[in-house]
Amino acid sequence: MGDTVTVKLPQGIAGDAMTEVERTIPADEPPPLATNDKLAVVGKPTPRLDGRLKVTGAAKYTTDVRLPGMLFARMVRSTKPHATVLAIDTSAAERAEGVRAVVLVDHLLGGAEVREPGKEEAPRYPVVRYVGQPVGAVAAATQAQADEAARLVRIEYAPLPFVVDLEDARKPDAPLVFPGAAESRGSAGGGGGPAGVPQNGNVRGPNRSGPSGPPLGDVERGLADADVVVDASYRTQVQTHSAIEPHGVVADWNGDALTVYASTQGTASVRDELAEVLGIPKGKIRVVTEFMGGGFGAKFGAGNYGVLAARLSQKAKAPVRLVLDRREEHESGGNRPSSVARLRIGAKKDGTLTAIHFSSYGTAGTATGAGAGGPAKNLYPCPNVLVEESDVFTNAGPAAAFRAPGHPQGAFGLEQSIDELAEKLGLDPLVLREKIDTQQEGLLADAAARRVERRIGAEMVGWTKRHPAGSDTGRTRRGLGVAQAIWYRFVNLDSTCEVRIGRDGSVEVLSAVQDIGGGIRTALAQVVAEELGIRAQDVTVRIGDTSYPPGPASGGSVTTGSITPAARNAAFLARREVYAQAARAASSTPEALMGSMPLRAAAAKLRTEQITAQATRSDDYGGFVQGRGRRGMGIGGYGGVQFAEVAVDVETGRVQVERVVAVHDCGRPINPLAIEGQIHGGIIQGLSYALYENRVLDRKSGSMLNANLETYKIAGAREIPKIEVRIIEEYRGRSSTDAGGIGEPATVATAASIANAVYNATGVRVRELPMTPERVLAALAHRTEVKR
Amino acid sequence: MNRLEWSDPTTLPDALAQLGPAAVPKAGGVELMDLLKEGLVAPSRLVNLRKLPGLDRVQDRAGGGMRVGPLVTLAALAEHPVVRARYRALADAAAHAATPQIRNMATVGGNLLQRPRCWYFRSEAFECRRKGGVHCFAQQGENAYHAVFAHTACCAVHPSSLATALLALGASVELTSRRGVRMVALEQFFTPAETVTVRDTVREDDELVTDVVLPALASGAKSAYGKQAEKESYDWPLAEVAVVLERAGNQCTRASVVLGAVAPVPWRARTAEAALVGRPVDATSAGDAGRAALQGAVPLQYNGYKLPLIEVAVRRAVLAAVEAS
Repeated sequence: MGDTVTVKLPQGIAGDAMTEVERTIPADEPPPLATNDKLAVVGKPTPRLDGRLKVTGAAKYTTDVRLPGMLFARMVRSTKPHATVLAIDTSAAERAEGVRAVVLVDHLLGGAEVREPGKEEAPRYPVVRYVGQPVGAVAAATQAQADEAARLVRIEYAPLPFVVDLEDARKPDAPLVFPGAAESRGSAGGGGGPAGVPQNGNVRGPNRSGPSGPPLGDVERGLADADVVVDASYRTQVQTHSAIEPHGVVADWNGDALTVYASTQGTASVRDELAEVLGIPKGKIRVVTEFMGGGFGAKFGAGNYGVLAARLSQKAKAPVRLVLDRREEHESGGNRPSSVARLRIGAKKDGTLTAIHFSSYGTAGTATGAGAGGPAKNLYPCPNVLVEESDVFTNAGPAAAFRAPGHPQGAFGLEQSIDELAEKLGLDPLVLREKIDTQQEGLLADAAARRVERRIGAEMVGWTKRHPAGSDTGRTRRGLGVAQAIWYRFVNLDSTCEVRIGRDGSVEVLSAVQDIGGGIRTALAQVVAEELGIRAQDVTVRIGDTSYPPGPASGGSVTTGSITPAARNAAFLARREVYAQAARAASSTPEALMGSMPLRAAAAKLRTEQITAQATRSDDYGGFVQGRGRRGMGIGGYGGVQFAEVAVDVETGRVQVERVVAVHDCGRPINPLAIEGQIHGGIIQGLSYALYENRVLDRKSGSMLNANLETYKIAGAREIPKIEVRIIEEYRGRSSTDAGGIGEPATVATAASIANAVYNATGVRVRELPMTPERVLAALAHRTEVKR
Repeated sequence: MNRLEWSDPTTLPDALAQLGPAAVPKAGGVELMDLLKEGLVAPSRLVNLRKLPGLDRVQDRAGGGMRVGPLVTLAALAEHPVVRARYRALADAAAHAATPQIRNMATVGGNLLQRPRCWYFRSEAFECRRKGGVHCFAQQGENAYHAVFAHTACCAVHPSSLATALLALGASVELTSRRGVRMVALEQFFTPAETVTVRDTVREDDELVTDVVLPALASGAKSAYGKQAEKESYDWPLAEVAVVLERAGNQCTRASVVLGAVAPVPWRARTAEAALVGRPVDATSAGDAGRAALQGAVPLQYNGYKLPLIEVAVRRAVLAAVEAS
């Protein structure tokens, strides 16, 4: 450890209670940053620096990249749900007009692999386990030629029995997706499941855990001690990521070096996977992502398409563009696993929780990661907590991390059950949450922030006007519901920035970190501008390129919290050096000049054309969560409270969300404008999940039937409610910027809040997603029958 | 490779001379592009109709009624003031289809000639009866969005919302070829549901839809269109209905009730019509018509929920027709 100093940093929630906290920090990091109200740039709504480029179409995304001599590629994919590939004949494709190279997948990326190598006889080609699995790829002079040639590749299959339905796959005699126990890792965005979990048939699990690892207490005793128990089951569907820009790369070998333009959430993770698969040093690979058209957790590594494109480029000696089409995107681009959860919650008459038992299974297709117990584990402290999660393998496309893995599905059940508990106890849902949402040392919950958020949100939405459940009458019934979000404060310590200051006063900030749409480009400019006393638009931000210093992959809501401290630290060091040189030149002291001489004037006195400073993210000032075995999980998580107002047509079962009020925390907000935009996006994605989206597989063939954006239904303009956002400023003295993330918490509570609003409107609970007219009508009809 | 010739005829005779089994007409191109992209059609020539004069007009017809040209876009039809005033159901059906972008390109002719939107039909992986195969995969498959009437041969629902309205309004289609001109009532235009195969309509490959003819409605007749869907923007109907009512006082003297998205063809609900004729149009008769519309419905495994939607759609459209007056 280097030298340290002890300083006081702001702590608390602006407008609520502010104090200071003493922290010992590295001596070469900048002094504490004041709260946002005292700053000039940070915390001020700032239009995106690249906004004009984006809305005018001038921004060049990966799909827009065109290099001289570039070839177009198309993947060859399996038409069978489960089969051994006996032979592949590429000769017709190779002879086809315009074709320059054909390559085959030799090792499949994504999805689980059999744990014991001997279990599956080493096949000549990877075993096909779902319709749409990549088998190879063709590169040709035009896209049409590549598309046509890809259809000419003949694959000889020996079909194997398959299963695509979740319930069928759980049966003891179900066809096996894998011949033995299988594992899959998560990506830099999370997802995946723990290793070494027992597997029986296609069912892998249960994996048992509690908030800090092992189960807490004894849930059966806790349930026995309860005055009131709610016991309910919930189902959620498979949702595909459906980013507007599909997965894709342009791979360009030049001599022994490879440049890859990628639509990715992690420039470094693409480089690292390519280096590993291709067996070349990382230094020979450069990955560039200047603009990104959407990434929700499924765009990290190189992927099969990335490796295929690199191999095609190597073979054809030309740049190769391989961009997935919409069908490929839906079938093999990743998805959010389904879930079937049973939730038992016990409480005393006064609301004190005595037990939380969450037990779920779901399918991540050929991958793992269907666990949905996060919210049940971490949101409400309870002495007896048991979370049991199982993955069920099916012959369907592998899941990938998806915006708060496990959490929207977990919150959908938990937050409905908490409302149900409140009703049984005769308590207002907010009053019960006020009682049970408490801070417990070592837990991730950020109860203090949510307390403030509930108060603000209730006022904004007009909670007091909420009527008793089911008391509205008429054809269109309105209701108001609430649900809470929780997410972890992950930090990626491999986050470095370089700041350059030129003799003409120009300022650049460089990092490999990529802007996937959240707006980190602008946030970096703001942080550097604040430190240097200049305007955000005067900072040139160069990011999304592995030739710059390493930055974090953008997954897990880590980007802003990880990279902005590095940027501020580097700006601080650069500024110090500029004034040191200026002081020498002017025979003064840096301290004296800093108060009197603007940066531009000081820079003019530089001895060299440019000075640079690099800085890396240090540990969180307050340390990390103990006992989790992983540095990088900060103390205290992110919270959020969302309120939904819905109108339900009880004759047609159609739910219209009319208004959403969202109050969120993400540490120190850097750019409230971008944060608000990300919360809008999270709400819309959550609403679309709640009411419309659903992957439909044909049970008899394993084919996805709605692999398009016509019958895979996504909320459109007329489905978007009035959205009101409030962002609170939450300071905890965690880093030199104390900033956090918002991508994931923004979407966790939406579906649950809509479900609670539907209940308030109609008096019936819809426990399955999406809440289509069919399901709402069925729930209403069920109640009518019960009443009879 | 599917190589296409593109032809830009500027006169109708020139266009008609080119049409045939492998030379297909192209209007807005919306449906054609979908079929081409999925590999469901492989024509050798596209005969672009957009350079032909006079096919994009909405005109009064001698002796009453209107003629709607096949190249009139859905957007133009939805916004046409005379169509809105006289044939409200048609204007609303056009207005609620697809998206603003699609409505700006899609034409009346192309809309009527759409092939099924069933997801088995639209996937090249399934060689279904409508493509010359022998199976209907939806009958025992994923059929939540499929037919509840007349689905013994195929359970795809008819995709055209305009057809639903046009059938209720008593429209006919003018077909022109080098062999001559013929008028076909819309009721006879579509291949009957039970016998439907690769041919959806009576149109021959060398024929062009050159007009859609709307008869004059009786004075005081009212029409309405209603659509039930999961989403308001860009969604196919789960159930839709077009209603035309003639009244003496409030007494219904003639009713036309056509359901859409419930059968392989636009589905005339004669029992619903009978429930209205001779009665005042009010909540009671409208409700009866809604229930009557379900007569003969046989839901498949996953689409029973459509029945209450049909019932509600009919009831609401009947009331909307008279309330609009």
